[in-house]
Amino acid sequence: MARTVTAQRKAINTGVAWVIGLLIFFPILWTFLTSFKTEAQAIADPPVWFFFDWTLENYRVVQERSNYTRFLWNSIYIAGGSTILGMIVAIPAAWSMAFVPSNQTKNILLWMLSTKMLPAVGVLYPIYLIFIQLGLLDSRFGLTIVIMLINLPIMVWMLYTYFKEIPTEILEAARMDGAGLREEILFVLTPMAIPGIASTILLNVILAWNEAFWTLNLTAARAAPLTAFIASYSSPEGLFYAKLSAASTMAIAPILILGWFSQKQLVRGLTFGAVK
Amino acid sequence: MSTKASRSAAWLMLAPAVILLLAWMLVPLTMTLVFSFQRNLPLRGGFLEWVGFENYVRFVSSSAFWPAVQTTVIIVGGVLLITVVLGILLAILLDQPMWGQGVVRIMVIAPFFVMPTVTGLVWKNMFMDPNNGLLAYLWRFFGGDPVVWLSDVPVFSLILIVSWQWLPFATLILLTAIQSLDSDQIEAAEMDGAGTLSRFWHIILPHLSRAITIVILIQTIFLLAIFAKIFVTTQGSFGTRTLTYLIYQRVLESQNVGLGSAGGIYAVILANIFALFLMRIVGKNLDR
Repeated sequence: MARTVTAQRKAINTGVAWVIGLLIFFPILWTFLTSFKTEAQAIADPPVWFFFDWTLENYRVVQERSNYTRFLWNSIYIAGGSTILGMIVAIPAAWSMAFVPSNQTKNILLWMLSTKMLPAVGVLYPIYLIFIQLGLLDSRFGLTIVIMLINLPIMVWMLYTYFKEIPTEILEAARMDGAGLREEILFVLTPMAIPGIASTILLNVILAWNEAFWTLNLTAARAAPLTAFIASYSSPEGLFYAKLSAASTMAIAPILILGWFSQKQLVRGLTFGAVK
Repeated sequence: MSTKASRSAAWLMLAPAVILLLAWMLVPLTMTLVFSFQRNLPLRGGFLEWVGFENYVRFVSSSAFWPAVQTTVIIVGGVLLITVVLGILLAILLDQPMWGQGVVRIMVIAPFFVMPTVTGLVWKNMFMDPNNGLLAYLWRFFGGDPVVWLSDVPVFSLILIVSWQWLPFATLILLTAIQSLDSDQIEAAEMDGAGTLSRFWHIILPHLSRAITIVILIQTIFLLAIFAKIFVTTQGSFGTRTLTYLIYQRVLESQNVGLGSAGGIYAVILANIFALFLMRIVGKNLDR
């Protein structure tokens, strides 16, 4: 028997939920709207809402003055690169622990998790020194490696929980049909593992894109991604709300869209499979 | 069932991840530990002398330490309180039947995906600015004097900003947990005449307790490490200097590596206390 709900109750739920939802979403909406205003309209009293002359001027100025695309490219390089490198290391590791578990598997998994808990500030100076020694300061490659390492435990964990869900009976059935290890991996396991791998990639790109401790501390002019680019707006010169909004909108839009697709994976990834 | 060959292959597949993480953990941590026993000032040539536990003593006895601890506790505690309480209420609300549930969910979750520097700057300028911020308009509209948020009530303002970013996380996890609640159970309680409040206390809350614990532990670990939002808003001034920010300043701004490293070791120990609890819960989950 389905729970019966009166239309009235449903209407009240809807009203309350929409008001709260809009309230929480408002800062993002406001940033988006402001990015299309002139600087004068952006600080107008009373505030202008929808009825103003929408302009793309801010987007053009942000690109021209600060070469936005360079920061964007750095973000893509770092988020994409760290994800690809991370997956190359994480997939075999998660795979082996899920399908050939040993009595150490649990300890290894928990130990990996514990490395994620290491506060970054505790190792800031050593990493800084190592980066200077290796000439990696302000290099995209160095940052890519660090971001890969900080997210590696989450990748391994997430993949592990997905791989664990693949029923092993299927493997046995395939073996009965005479499939070798290679066929097993290629034709049986891989297709079943792809959704989990895709989810992990998605979440990792989001985490890497928004990482803002190492990106702020290890980059300067050359390798700075969008997080650092936006931080440069913290010392304002004159009227700049509309430009800040345009830069912010461009920086968060791609990841907001990816994020909406990854709600479920987010829960699994960030709770290390403890909540699904 | 697994053969000897597949077992060694498994180790081979696992090795790169283990070696990388081991190096990532051990090398810098060992360096921090070594630095923490040194007087080490890069501006004066780096290593000067071994000082034993002096840095550890100086770090906790400096005038900045206790205020930093206090700020950290207030910010972490405040954000936890707000996000968990509102998260539970929001999760219950989002679980109710309504029109446009998907859209509401998307709106509620969105702040979590905003990069921390954007979060900090948008709030600082477009909302909390005492002249041009939207909150200042609101205050003036109702005849009040605008609040200078980030210098009058800086810690509260930061709690607000951070909570906005983390509320979606708590909501999403608690919502996932609520949805796994058996609706038959609620129905049975309804039939027994249990009121809304009693259903909440006796069925929903106990069911959520594990998820709540997980939210608290994970958020604590991340909240202790908050950096970018402070970096772009107050830079640690007006009493918003958390432990993490204090250590950062010792290391990079005042270039006192020994002192900062001792602080770093404290931070590692602190984080590990929470991590231990979290790992116990997660570990139990693995056995199932």
